[in-house]
Amino acid sequence: MTILRTTVLAGLAASATLAMTLTGAEAKTLRWSSQGDIATMDPYAHTESFTSNMHHHIYDSLVRRNKDLQIEPALALSWTVEAPDRWRFKLRQGVKFHNGNAFTADDVVASVTRLLDPAARARGNLSNVVKAEKIDDFTVDFFLRGPYPLLLNDLSGIFIMDKEWLEANNATKPGNTTTGVTTFASTNANGTGPFVLESYQPDNRTIMTANPNWWDKPAHNLTRIEFRPIKSDATRVAALLSGEIDMMAPAPLQDLARIGGADGFKVVEEPSLRLIFLGLNHRAELQADPGKPNPMRDKRVRQALWHAIDLDTIHRRVMRAKSRTVGTMVAPPIPGYSAALDAPLPFNVDTAKKLLAEAGYPNGFKTKLNCSNDRYIADEQTCVAIAAMWTRAGVTVDLKTESRATYFPLVDKGESDAYILGWATLPPMDGYSVASALLHSKGGAFGGNNPNGLADPRLDDLTKKAAVELDEPKRLAFLTEALKITRDEAYFIPLHQQPVAWAMKKAIDVPVFADEYVRLWFAKVN
Amino acid sequence: MLRVLVSRLAQMLMVMAAVTAVAFVIFRYVGDPVLIMSREDATPAEKAELRQTLGLDQPVVVQFGKFVGRVATGDLGNSFRNQRPVSGLIAERLPATLELVLVATLLALSLGIPLGVYCALKPDGWLTRGIQTASLIGISTPTFVTGIVLILIFSVWLKWLPSFGRGDVVRLGWWSTGFLTTSGLRSLVLPSVTLALFQVTLIMRLVRAEMLDVLSSDYIRYARARGLPSGYIHRKLALRNALMPVITVTGLQIGALIAFAIVTETVFQWPGMGLLFIQAVSFVDLPVMAAYLLFVGFIFVTINMAVDVIYALVDPRLRTRAA
Repeated sequence: MTILRTTVLAGLAASATLAMTLTGAEAKTLRWSSQGDIATMDPYAHTESFTSNMHHHIYDSLVRRNKDLQIEPALALSWTVEAPDRWRFKLRQGVKFHNGNAFTADDVVASVTRLLDPAARARGNLSNVVKAEKIDDFTVDFFLRGPYPLLLNDLSGIFIMDKEWLEANNATKPGNTTTGVTTFASTNANGTGPFVLESYQPDNRTIMTANPNWWDKPAHNLTRIEFRPIKSDATRVAALLSGEIDMMAPAPLQDLARIGGADGFKVVEEPSLRLIFLGLNHRAELQADPGKPNPMRDKRVRQALWHAIDLDTIHRRVMRAKSRTVGTMVAPPIPGYSAALDAPLPFNVDTAKKLLAEAGYPNGFKTKLNCSNDRYIADEQTCVAIAAMWTRAGVTVDLKTESRATYFPLVDKGESDAYILGWATLPPMDGYSVASALLHSKGGAFGGNNPNGLADPRLDDLTKKAAVELDEPKRLAFLTEALKITRDEAYFIPLHQQPVAWAMKKAIDVPVFADEYVRLWFAKVN
Repeated sequence: MLRVLVSRLAQMLMVMAAVTAVAFVIFRYVGDPVLIMSREDATPAEKAELRQTLGLDQPVVVQFGKFVGRVATGDLGNSFRNQRPVSGLIAERLPATLELVLVATLLALSLGIPLGVYCALKPDGWLTRGIQTASLIGISTPTFVTGIVLILIFSVWLKWLPSFGRGDVVRLGWWSTGFLTTSGLRSLVLPSVTLALFQVTLIMRLVRAEMLDVLSSDYIRYARARGLPSGYIHRKLALRNALMPVITVTGLQIGALIAFAIVTETVFQWPGMGLLFIQAVSFVDLPVMAAYLLFVGFIFVTINMAVDVIYALVDPRLRTRAA
């Protein structure tokens, strides 16, 4: 079986000489801020999405996301599936690392070996790969554990390091927490990416300069990036308004109107990939009412809870009309999404009461509702509103909100009856992420975020089929079917799609991405 | 004297042991680092493995034993977040916090003492009333409000001073200083004023109370009766005696400033130890949090001991009583 999946985009193979025409112009510096900082410069020593985001400016991956978040060739030019468990990648020639070393198949093999080292924290990002093998200088074979349709999605987040550089700096082993191993690569970087790391001072500033020898034609016109983390929202807004920084990502929702109204600034918004929903307790008993059968095991009760939520009011009041109300578990750009499923159950207290009575709970029942107060946009307010709405339908709600540091362990232990959860399907950006982590029953590689006993053999079956299906239409049909069952059974109550909002000076042009990644290789300073 | 010293040292060790235990116990309950460190869609197996790597799967007693063992040898462990040794992280952040505290303290003393003296000498003047009222505001306004208001006025509106960060720093060995560059000095203004505001009020009120006390004592009255010039009386006779408790309080306050600069550092993104701690909290970076608590405990214990010893040196009566 050989499926050809080559989709070389014409413009991408552009020569490096074109890139040179841009240099020599005046210096264009972009100073920007976010609330977090880069945890480490070693791409394999962490699993934090913001840190990966920053590394992407310095390092390239074999494939990458384009402006529409579609996968396109980067360091790999083309790929073929030689066998269900063996993919062959043809590599781009003439690419140089920042230190001048040439990029070859040896670098890919060394990178994969380093990533798959038992000590590498990020090893799970490529868990279906067994090894990479060099065929010739510009051909590499990836050996997989079995048929796996999401290899490209995984590879779009795996950054390629320079073998010679790793060896010369004694950094062939990744950093490790327990042994306290930090390598040269933890504070230095040598990639093939659009920007070169100039300096990295944790919690203070990170400076990058444009890479004049980048293999791709730059769509940006920057010469220099200064990144300054600022933890406090108010200070970050002040720094933008006082002109000390040019851009902030993300911008706090409550300040958007103020920034947008200020002279010389603009706010750019986009619906994020992150969907917020309520998870429910599917086990024998409710935490709030032990010793009695769990009402939430009855589909009518779950639907009643859904009917009882006035999503429109949450959209207008709590989310300040910046969110999008949803009826399914993934955002529109995600493979597996179906518009037909994306309608919530209509808000109707009477229907909710009727369904509860039919299920045998005319006087309602008692439930816990647990929420974070610092993880999602307006998460606490959303839950307070839902608690009030459920109370109106006759359900007694025991609401508790807390910091994410203690909230997620509580959810993970299954100590809640209803809980708020956000899911952006990152990093793979695929509906399979929802199916495997949330819908499949817990056990082995599945159900990592299904702590409350959801177990439907149909969902397990569909997830397992989608996991190994290489035929894309078939795979998507499995995922959509799983999402349809989830909605029909009201296993989860979807609430809304979060907005992502960035603020910047008017003279700056940076596209906002739904995955909340900052991609400054598309940035323009006018 | 030796007995005092030995008994104080023993007490200090006991306190530090208690702090160690508290540092360990508290942080069992602030959250689960494994969940924060894992990818969103990590499998249960991946999480279990990470838990094992971090040693969090072992019984609490064993974890505590290892923790104490490491602390006793001066090893504070490695940060979960960026995997660097915690002692190195603290050493890196210490200069920023110390410089901020130093400037804030100098500011507090140079403003607080003259204002306090003035209020004591002119208890009924209109200026005194104004200062007293203003000092109430200084004591009752939370630090983050002060900081944000200062940023709003001096950074956003007037654009005179930077709103965040430490500016450019110069490295002197392992110490990084912001005193030697213009941007470093400019960056110091707002955070140090914010941090000093409460201290100014405290010192001013203390000086005023002590001065009033001293001014009504017999020897001042005798000095007045002898016809000594009032400037001489106020400066040489009254203020000197009034300053003794101020020095003690200032010493203790320096410890408090180092420990509680957290809010100011967060508001101004000041890359000191407080910011390090706040970031550790949001990441459930247990080693950094524990080390910070130990470090702050150590500062307090040391300052207290130094104060005790100095008292003992000054006042012979305390030597026997303390032992």
